[in-house]
Amino acid sequence: MPRKTSVDAMREALRAELQRDERVVVIGEDVKVGVFGGTRWLHREFGDERVINTPISELAVAGAGVGAAATGIRPVIDLMFGTFLYLAFDQIANQAGAMRYMFGGQTKLPLVLMTVSGSGISAGHHHSQPVHPMFMNMPLIKVVLPSTPYDVKGLLISAIRDDNPVLFLSPITLGSQRGEVPDEAYTIPLAEAAIRREGGDVTICTAGAMTLRCLEVARTMAREGIECEVIDLRTLKPWDEACVLRSVRKTGRFVAVDESFPVCGAASEWAATVAEKAFPHLRAPVQRVSNLDVPLPYSPVLEKAAVPTTERILDALRRCMQAESA
Amino acid sequence: MSDVNPDVALDIYRRVLNIRRFEEEVGRLFTEGELPGVVHLYIGEEAVAAGVCAALRTDDYVTSTHRGHGHVMAKGGDPKRMMAEIFGKETGYCRGKGGSQHIADFSIGMLGACGIVGGGIPIATGAGLSIKLRKTDQVSVCFFGDGAANEGSFHESLNLASTMALPVIFVCEHNQYGEFTPAQDTMNIEDIALRADGYGMPGHKVDGNDALEVYTVASQAVARARDGEGPTLIEAKTHRRGGHAEGEEAFLAGQRYRLPEEEQLARERDPLRILHERILLEGLADGHALESIDQDSTLQMAEAVTFARESPWPDPETVLEDTWA
Ligand SMILES: Cc1ncc(C[n+]2csc(CCOP(=O)(O)OP(=O)(O)O)c2C)c(N)n1
Ligand SMILES: [Mg+2]
Repeated sequence: MPRKTSVDAMREALRAELQRDERVVVIGEDVKVGVFGGTRWLHREFGDERVINTPISELAVAGAGVGAAATGIRPVIDLMFGTFLYLAFDQIANQAGAMRYMFGGQTKLPLVLMTVSGSGISAGHHHSQPVHPMFMNMPLIKVVLPSTPYDVKGLLISAIRDDNPVLFLSPITLGSQRGEVPDEAYTIPLAEAAIRREGGDVTICTAGAMTLRCLEVARTMAREGIECEVIDLRTLKPWDEACVLRSVRKTGRFVAVDESFPVCGAASEWAATVAEKAFPHLRAPVQRVSNLDVPLPYSPVLEKAAVPTTERILDALRRCMQAESA
Repeated sequence: MSDVNPDVALDIYRRVLNIRRFEEEVGRLFTEGELPGVVHLYIGEEAVAAGVCAALRTDDYVTSTHRGHGHVMAKGGDPKRMMAEIFGKETGYCRGKGGSQHIADFSIGMLGACGIVGGGIPIATGAGLSIKLRKTDQVSVCFFGDGAANEGSFHESLNLASTMALPVIFVCEHNQYGEFTPAQDTMNIEDIALRADGYGMPGHKVDGNDALEVYTVASQAVARARDGEGPTLIEAKTHRRGGHAEGEEAFLAGQRYRLPEEEQLARERDPLRILHERILLEGLADGHALESIDQDSTLQMAEAVTFARESPWPDPETVLEDTWA
């Protein structure tokens, strides 16, 4: 299979859907050049009517996406950095997620909002925050956070074909990573997790850029004779609860690793669900590893310390292995 | 002929040159791979920050943008602590927590650069509100780009400042582009100054590559604000000398997005050369004086680089400092 970057994978997904369905359009600031490359030069193939550069007006652009989606278009809005979604908050929180329900099911909103998310390139707080928990907290918005180029392509195609608002986040450090990506179009169902490593001793639940880090930690633990099962959720909402609960019933131990702020972060949701629904199977208290509760600092030494480090993940795993509930 | 006196002209020249020499160092360091993150240089636009800030006092406020080094420098920032911040070192203005797009020096009224386009505009407006409430004669300035003038924050802030008669000077640096998109593709007017009308405040268009002209127009707006007559919008027409961000050539892979005639104009309308020529032509100073400012500046920037390079990294433990007040 050809090896491609996730930027290539994203462009292939967009190209495939632009070709397949003339209602699909790509809209955003500088999408022609494509700051991260995912939308680059697609206007040369599909024209300025379907690959649309906009002014720097996130609220209007996201809102135009809502209005267009409600009236027969399938917009893919590229808002660049996840933090720029905050400028469009009203149209996402008050309108996009709510419209169908609020209006008694009269409309569908086949809308994709795409951005990068998370830290790792010393971009400073305004370009580095993980944003997914904010949107997981909003009813009826799907949230996707892939970890491989293969998943970027398959999940993005699914997101575009979905009839609901979908927030498609790419880890900022994923862009240049290569992986196997088939040339043809394919879909990966939303809300289906991937078990990246099987193991019987402890379940690690994670997503996005943390997946690689957790796999690295799992290899370290294996050398100590402990087998971790690493689950990459891929879609954060709705999420594959069944896969996680199945794993916990097997291992009896659970560590949630999430690159976002700790209070009401994704790890909290996963841990609470496991505690609620798999309590009889737990042999140790659930553990969470998240960002520190501070804005993202710029200096590489500080930035590294602000997100879940391998050391903190290892500590959580060891705590989990040592504890044995009565 | 300008009515600027020789001391002011030299002061402006020093500010322009300090920005130019600082940015040249930053560009070089970035190319050599010595800096983390990304940097947006202010080369080509120096006359705007220098001309405006020369019309301000130290206790006046300024907010800035992602292209903010020039604003900090023009407001009187310390090149050493600026450079150390861009290196991500402990001795930087923000202890390495902010970086290129988040340099601030509250002691000189510099309320911060900003990675969010348009993010500084309401903050400067709020500083203006604070001035009014505290009944001082300070003023507040916000710098922002042509691209930012399409954000809601621009429109809401102008209206708010106007209705409350706040002492705010909105300075739009119209450098013809927002990232890779020409302004003409994203707005159907040529002059952003026109928008002032819609909010009931004066709007002025100025040659943003002529520092003395910028100074003159800014001084009038500052005087008006200090007198309690409210805000002004100044649109400075200028040019970005280089790319949107350093290193963009690599990912553009040879593809061009700038209009060739605009690139040519950007080279011709160099604010440093224009100022140099005007000062000599109008007899405001002689060549020696200008040359010695350049030598000082060059030396100072070299020292800033050494300082930053030799400074320690922040202790990782400091990641948990500067939290709750
Ligand atoms: C809210 C927001 N949207 C988009 C961006 C990405 N971005 C960074 S700089 C820039 C262009 C800004 O153009 P302009 O305001 O004209 O400033 P210039 O870069 O030309 O100085 C964009 C779109 C951002 N940083 N913040
Ligand atoms: Mg601009």
